[in-house]
Amino acid sequence: MTAAAREEILRRIRAAAVPPAPEPPRHYLRHAPGVPDEDRPAVLALFAERLEEYGAEVLRADRPGPAVARALAEHGARSLVVPDGLPAEWTADWDGEVRTDRPPLGKAGLDATDAVLTGCAAAVADSGTLVLDGGPAQGRRAATLLPDLHVCVVRAEQVRSALPGALARLDPARPLTFVSGPSATADIEMIRVKGVHGPRRLAVVLLD
Amino acid sequence: MTRSFLGWPAFPEAAEREVGNEQLRENVRRATRTIRGKRAVLAAERPDWEQLRDSAAAIKDQVLAGLEQYLLQVEEKVTAAGGTVHWARDAAEANRIVTDLVLATGEREIVKVKSMLTEEIGLDAALEAAGINARETDLAAAIVQLGDDLPSHVVVPALHRNRSEIRDIFAREMGRHGRPAPEGLTDDPAELAEAARLHLREKFLGARVAVSGANFVVAETGTLVVVESEGNGRMCLTLADTLISVVGIEKTVPTWADLEVFLQLLARNATGERMAPYTSTWTGTTHGDGPRDFHLVLVDNGRTRALADPVGRQALRCIRCGACMNTCPVYERTGGHAYGSVYPGPIGAILNPLLKGLDDEQTASLPYASTLCGACNEVCPVRIRFTDVLLDLRAQVADGGKHPVERAALGAVGATMARPLLWKAAVKGAGLVGPLLPARTPVPGWSDNRALPDVPKESFRTWWKRNEGERA
Repeated sequence: MTAAAREEILRRIRAAAVPPAPEPPRHYLRHAPGVPDEDRPAVLALFAERLEEYGAEVLRADRPGPAVARALAEHGARSLVVPDGLPAEWTADWDGEVRTDRPPLGKAGLDATDAVLTGCAAAVADSGTLVLDGGPAQGRRAATLLPDLHVCVVRAEQVRSALPGALARLDPARPLTFVSGPSATADIEMIRVKGVHGPRRLAVVLLD
Repeated sequence: MTRSFLGWPAFPEAAEREVGNEQLRENVRRATRTIRGKRAVLAAERPDWEQLRDSAAAIKDQVLAGLEQYLLQVEEKVTAAGGTVHWARDAAEANRIVTDLVLATGEREIVKVKSMLTEEIGLDAALEAAGINARETDLAAAIVQLGDDLPSHVVVPALHRNRSEIRDIFAREMGRHGRPAPEGLTDDPAELAEAARLHLREKFLGARVAVSGANFVVAETGTLVVVESEGNGRMCLTLADTLISVVGIEKTVPTWADLEVFLQLLARNATGERMAPYTSTWTGTTHGDGPRDFHLVLVDNGRTRALADPVGRQALRCIRCGACMNTCPVYERTGGHAYGSVYPGPIGAILNPLLKGLDDEQTASLPYASTLCGACNEVCPVRIRFTDVLLDLRAQVADGGKHPVERAALGAVGATMARPLLWKAAVKGAGLVGPLLPARTPVPGWSDNRALPDVPKESFRTWWKRNEGERA
């Protein structure tokens, strides 16, 4: 059935006889307006500003341990899930319970954990976006979804000015999650409510 | 029972009923104004906004010109990454494929990510008929489903509902489908969102099968993209064992890099955000992360019909941002239900006739659901020329004999304008007869709410000749 459908759809497409289209122009900016990638202080300042605008918390630090501990303590987290292989230094200053996601915690186990701590694969200043790709220090997608607080450690060199620079550094074969601020909805009278199904709180530790 | 737009009255009749509902008009007016304001700010923030639109329109045209090749590429790449690709000519075929896939898992309750295509094909009703309960998880889609209502907007399906209506729906219905709404639920939006979080969390944790749509499918890599705000999409795409994505064939984009255009336009234009909170992309299946089984159902359901229309095919560029309806003066007054389709507003006025043809009265009425003001042309991120398509569709309706009076009238005007002497005589005659006409010439339907403009005593040509003559 599906083979016949396939042939029929492809035949209809050919029969529509759409004329060739010209090569698309690409005259848009490859960085945030006025913020080229080379201007690192401006890129990082924009990243922090945009994150905060959408209700994420930004902690700028020169090493991760104390900032991570501060973010977790501020939100009253008592349990934390971390992906296998996360640098021990990241949680060294925190005295709560650390659950490593190996063997994988079940859905209920993740749901019952207060916070998750990860790194990221890339970040975008223009839109205040973190990108997770399941690579080192990031873990699988479910682990960054069910706990209510996500603490993400971003290294300064991972932040690109705008989306084009980040996309070029990502591998589409991996499952990617682009996070721009905490979960939100505007479905009720277009009033923005922070926090629906994903983590309701997002804290970013930005390492300069 | 799942409601549908089947047997809906033609636009004028449906619109008349809807504009009589003052609560609805107030809800729609407030919501569209809010989104319009947010969108305008964020579009203005980009000095290269017009260049992004140029690129988006041209990339989509490239897709339409090479659709066969891109779809074959999608099939090859998704299959190579561990997914299974299915093809469906129409709604019934797509529904059958999805129903069979769900039945094969043995599951009877599944979760859904909001998808306009599954609304278009009536998937929830088809699943229900097979004994499968599909729970909508997007907040607005859940409001529509719990309220046994119909969607009225492509981005915010419950845009026609205000907070107190939503509170009543939650308090009344949640308990019938799972965890009840908390006692003493108020109409505070944050409290309503919390009620939805609690109600749906047990669905997410228990569901083994999820159905989604996709905003984009990248041909070069076989990657699907879902853009969302709440995290319900991530829940469905990540926690289920089996994921079935039902996608229109026009959702393809050629390359991974093309996403940099669409992802920068979509949220800005749809909700006035720089990026939506969550964008998920996946290519087939990944060991140890997310669903083990992935099915992609590629659906035609009239898209090749639209593709064959030389003027109308540009409607297939649409990325469902909803900006055209947010800016439309007709939509603002009638709301979405008047259009009798899951695609309301200007895009609905052109897409429905292009997908379905003009054979029924309801669909044939849609190209007339516009003042041709062109506000939609200005906000469209993929530069669809709505007014060109509307006029072309009106001509098709008239040629098809659906509007014999309009056809005869336009024919007479055309014949007169082609003959200068006849035209001169007609214009002069109108100037003489004008003062004799009553202010409300009785043409049933048309003149109920409209006064006739004054007919000038002399034609422009006469006036020009007289004035130029004086000056010379």
